[in-house]
Amino acid sequence: MEHTPPPLFRTGPTPLARLMIFAMLSVVLLIADARFNYLTVLRQITAVVIYPLQRLAAAPAAMGRRVSDFFVSHSALRDDNQRLTEQNLALAQAAQQARALEQENANLRGLLEARARISAPSRFAEILYAARDPFSRKVMIDQGLQHGIQPGQPVGDHIGIIGQVTRVYAWLSEVTLITDKGHLVPVLNLRTGLRAVLAGTGDDGRLELRFIPLTADFQTGDQLVTSGIDGVYPPGLPVAEVINVERNTAYLFANVTCKPLAGVNARAQVLVLGPLPAMTERPQDAPADTPKKKKKKS
Amino acid sequence: MALSTSRQELLLPVKPAFIALTLVAALLANLLPWSGWMLWVVPDFVALIVLYWCIEEPRKIGFFTAWCLGLLMDIADGSLFGQHALAYSILAYAGIVLHRRVQRFSMAPQILHVIPLLLLTSLIVLLVRVLAGADFPGYAYFLGSFTGAALWPMLSYLLKLPQRPRPDPDRV
Repeated sequence: MEHTPPPLFRTGPTPLARLMIFAMLSVVLLIADARFNYLTVLRQITAVVIYPLQRLAAAPAAMGRRVSDFFVSHSALRDDNQRLTEQNLALAQAAQQARALEQENANLRGLLEARARISAPSRFAEILYAARDPFSRKVMIDQGLQHGIQPGQPVGDHIGIIGQVTRVYAWLSEVTLITDKGHLVPVLNLRTGLRAVLAGTGDDGRLELRFIPLTADFQTGDQLVTSGIDGVYPPGLPVAEVINVERNTAYLFANVTCKPLAGVNARAQVLVLGPLPAMTERPQDAPADTPKKKKKKS
Repeated sequence: MALSTSRQELLLPVKPAFIALTLVAALLANLLPWSGWMLWVVPDFVALIVLYWCIEEPRKIGFFTAWCLGLLMDIADGSLFGQHALAYSILAYAGIVLHRRVQRFSMAPQILHVIPLLLLTSLIVLLVRVLAGADFPGYAYFLGSFTGAALWPMLSYLLKLPQRPRPDPDRV
């Protein structure tokens, strides 16, 4: 004990040594997260620490919305009322027609012994903030594990699909938007019935169809809806509209550019659609080349 | 290069609670719902404040704080766990190693020191992302480092306010 230096000179490891320790720790975390997905629990615990801050940071915007709601003018309200009444009439008519069609459809499906169309229960959620990350298109919503949200649930607005829940924390969830680079949605061309895979480009408001043969029938203005074959998105929800088709014989595939229909970037409120019933198991292939189920990269 | 003269003034010791408060405020600023082009221009406030305290008070803030803040940022961004932690640790190292040098300079040369350090931080995050399979997001990604450095004089003035001694009321 006598030989240790007085505390005045005891400074611990040098900055370089400390840097090494913390850099190593970070790299270990990075590898554990990127390669093995070990850190879900650690992530959820740390997320609780930052939750109050997340709510606090989102508060001014929410409050601003509420205040501007309060000071709506009388004429604006009257116009709104007028417009909504007209809309209501039109919709009521459409709803009656739809009911009749639904009845007819149910009968036909019953005749065909077809599976009843999935009607997913939905849950209202509010977008807290967009992740501050130029690499990806993600938003945080205010519903989490406590509200029964599970990873994989589709998220939409009143027009169509905007994304998918990818991570769930205690009171928050992270939604990867369809514009995120590498996010794929299986779609169906409403006009021709052709199936395709719609991929995000990481660019707001631009999606592209992958691997479309040059001769495939796609035109500007075609509506794309979810095909439902992935077991994630329920079938028949509008996703995007084709805005440009470029066929260059120098390439193998046509270049089909689309734009999302739903307000992928413009919404403050969204609907989280309920988890879909599990798909039937894929029949076993020959054991030699069992295709591994491809996991979406996060 | 011009050495600062205002450096010579005597400042009160900084309170640890004040450091913690500024760090929480920076975290809050990072979590604000920025969107559109603002997302590119807005600096990483946490990196900026960590760098500031590492240069001003290297004994009161260290790698552990920087590293923990990095983890919190990773959670908030939903990005790979540890990328901001790595970047902030290296930033803290640079700040601590350079603190004697940077402290002696006046404001303009200080900014010239801050720009490369913030660029380095974004470069590390970028490298980690590219290694993990992301695409290069374009040079606009580095804009935030420059706006961060542009905020440095204001930051340095504001954060020093609580340390300025109050004028003695008994003196005329």
